[in-house]
Amino acid sequence: MDHITFLVAVVIVTALAFDFTNGFHDTANAMATSIATGALKPKTAVLISGVLNLAGAFLSTEVAKTISGGIVNDAKVTPAMIFAGLVGAILWNLVTWLVGLPSSSSHALFGGLIGAVWVGAGSGAVNFDKVLEKIIIPAFASPVVAGVAALVATYCAYKLTARGRADSVTKGFRLGQIGSASLVSLAHGTNDAQKTMGIITLTLISVGALPGDAGPPVWVIFSAGLAIALGTYIGGWRIIRTMGKGLTEIQSPQGFAAETASTAVILTSAHMGFALSTTQVASGSILGAGLGRRLAEVRWGIAGRMVAAWLITLPCAALVGGISAAAVKHGGNFGTVVVALVGAALAAGIVLLSRRNPIDAKNVNDGHEVAIRSTPPSHVGTAA
Amino acid sequence: MSIDWTALGEVTAVSIGVTFAVVVVFSLGVLGLDRREGARERGGTSAVGAAQAGLCFLACAAVVAYGIYLIVPQFH
Repeated sequence: MDHITFLVAVVIVTALAFDFTNGFHDTANAMATSIATGALKPKTAVLISGVLNLAGAFLSTEVAKTISGGIVNDAKVTPAMIFAGLVGAILWNLVTWLVGLPSSSSHALFGGLIGAVWVGAGSGAVNFDKVLEKIIIPAFASPVVAGVAALVATYCAYKLTARGRADSVTKGFRLGQIGSASLVSLAHGTNDAQKTMGIITLTLISVGALPGDAGPPVWVIFSAGLAIALGTYIGGWRIIRTMGKGLTEIQSPQGFAAETASTAVILTSAHMGFALSTTQVASGSILGAGLGRRLAEVRWGIAGRMVAAWLITLPCAALVGGISAAAVKHGGNFGTVVVALVGAALAAGIVLLSRRNPIDAKNVNDGHEVAIRSTPPSHVGTAA
Repeated sequence: MSIDWTALGEVTAVSIGVTFAVVVVFSLGVLGLDRREGARERGGTSAVGAAQAGLCFLACAAVVAYGIYLIVPQFH
């Protein structure tokens, strides 16, 4: 194990920390509507989602062979850049969690990496064509597709079941939601846990601790799966509230339609090789389901802020990643320690700020007036 | 740079089609369940309702099974 340098150890810990934030940021994608409609109790929902994420991590052996899917030139990526990119992604995930906005963890990761690689190896190491093809276009297309699918399906579900009695219809769709939400969680585990495993494995390969064609060691699979499952179980209640209660009032037929649409879009595009953001798909589905029942039900103010967060996620994470990369590049191990400490301090600050207005399993469904702070706290803003 | 519009179109069509089909079939299943419960409340039974619910939910379960098949690479 003498290959494991200080920097590599820091990268591994940071990657697991990112995996954890990825988990609690994305619990909402699968479970927000089930919690909002009462199909599952909040604690049960996050438990199921956590277990399925862990299972998903073990099920899929198809580990990402590249860190980024060709978005940056993997040959020029060093552990230091990966570390800097991860710091950017983690901080952005925490800021958006604090304000309760569902933004894409994948975009945060890609953004952080792009920024770090740009600073570390020059703009030539970033494939901007791939950025457009793999990130920008799916980012615009996937929520629209999911939204249209959910809209049509919701409309038909209400038309068809209009002559049924409300209580048995609600009960039926609630049962269906458990299945559809579980499928979203499982798909999430097979995708997002893989990203962290890929990052750790490639870091180990780059320093010679593993042979070039090695798959992830069992401890990597286990720790990555555990990190994302724990994050999911802790639950990003702020984001769950925004998605389940903030965007629109969700009833069980809508929840079922939205989750079915999310699953369909995620699975078909994964099958066709499109990388996309689970978060954006799920948000698009929920908006579509809101429109399918009644146009006025959608709170466009919150939806607008959410879309704004999507647009700035990649550049913001890239900025933090770039700044961190500059510090690590010029400061060596000392710079790494400084970035790690500053990052940890900011993360602790965000968690402390969240305590002022805690949201957990008990009050996640209270009221529908969701207060979203439009500006991030100042000390985070200056650091980003 | 090449954007694969055909693949994008396929994803769109398949996603919307599958969602629509699953939700419609599930709605019919829920209606069947509703009919059966309604009949039971009146002291009778509704074999048609039960059969309709059973068939529809079975169809949905098949789609879920196919989804799991797609998720787990060991099955391919």
